[in-house]
Amino acid sequence: MNFGEWISRPWPWYVAGPLIGLTVPALLVLGNKSFGISSSFRHICAACFPGNVPFFQYDWKKEAWNLFFVAGILLGAVLATQLLANPQPLQISPQLSAELAGYGITEHNGLLPSQLFNWPALLTLRGLITMVLGGFLVGFGTRYAGGCTSGHAIMGLSTLQWPSLIATCCFMIGGFVMANLILPFILSL
Amino acid sequence: MQETITNTDFEVRSLDSICVNDSRLTHRWYHNIKYLIVGILFGIIFVKAEIISWFRIQEMFRLQSFHMYGVIGSAVLVGMLSVWLIKKFNIKTIYGETIVFPVKAFNKGQIYGGLLFGFGWAITGACPGPLFAQIGTGATVVIVTLLSAIAGTWVYGYVREKLPH
Repeated sequence: MNFGEWISRPWPWYVAGPLIGLTVPALLVLGNKSFGISSSFRHICAACFPGNVPFFQYDWKKEAWNLFFVAGILLGAVLATQLLANPQPLQISPQLSAELAGYGITEHNGLLPSQLFNWPALLTLRGLITMVLGGFLVGFGTRYAGGCTSGHAIMGLSTLQWPSLIATCCFMIGGFVMANLILPFILSL
Repeated sequence: MQETITNTDFEVRSLDSICVNDSRLTHRWYHNIKYLIVGILFGIIFVKAEIISWFRIQEMFRLQSFHMYGVIGSAVLVGMLSVWLIKKFNIKTIYGETIVFPVKAFNKGQIYGGLLFGFGWAITGACPGPLFAQIGTGATVVIVTLLSAIAGTWVYGYVREKLPH
């Protein structure tokens, strides 16, 4: 195996998981920052359109580190895609592949199904629900819960906070119900 | 800032009244570059381990692959061990400050909000971090999903006091 092949291979969970876990001490040691990504949405609201909403009346500049962090995530994804991308199609489970074929989702070369996520699909009911309603639920739900996978599941559980365990269980219950019971109807639209 | 309901948002440290010894240091903007760099490394992991893939999230919620459970589980274990070491050896920040851990209080939002986020996570195949990363991979239409997530956060802020917490 040559270097190019080695660098382009997907990373297994036991490499990626521990590296993500190390983000927790990295942010703490660099400046006492609690790992959490969804609050970036709140800071964007506070910075751009706070209105008269008390929830957005605070000094968002004090939390600007979080916006630098998410800008980094976007840049990192650009770098990984341009320089380290895997040229092979994504390997997905045969059961999932068979199920998705039933909804006309047959292509899985990239990380996202291009037959579901594309600009013209925004004009279809299926696309509107997946991209617009789905995004809305992510933004509304994470702030209502006070955190997301990073803030509750990783940071909260790392500091042994039981409310984060409840939140994480609810994330998973919501995901299981949606993926298995509701999403099939949405994808059939 | 006057809040009629107690703080439920433990990611926003400057609002957290419990954090009495939170950082009093003020830094120029370029001190934030270090968080940009951590973010870049994080974004690379997201893409290389396919964590931002809609397909991987579908496999997770259908119990068709161990990958995401391995990623999240090992991340939590390493996070726990790191926090334990920081407490045990009283490790300070690079500015010499004591590291503080905000205490999260329970409120019903963690249940209702958690379920709603779970729905959104399974539909979009992305939690908030991956939304930014998916745009970076060239899936430009995810900008719409991101804007919708920001709108969702805004609407939550608007109706917050009428919701059960």
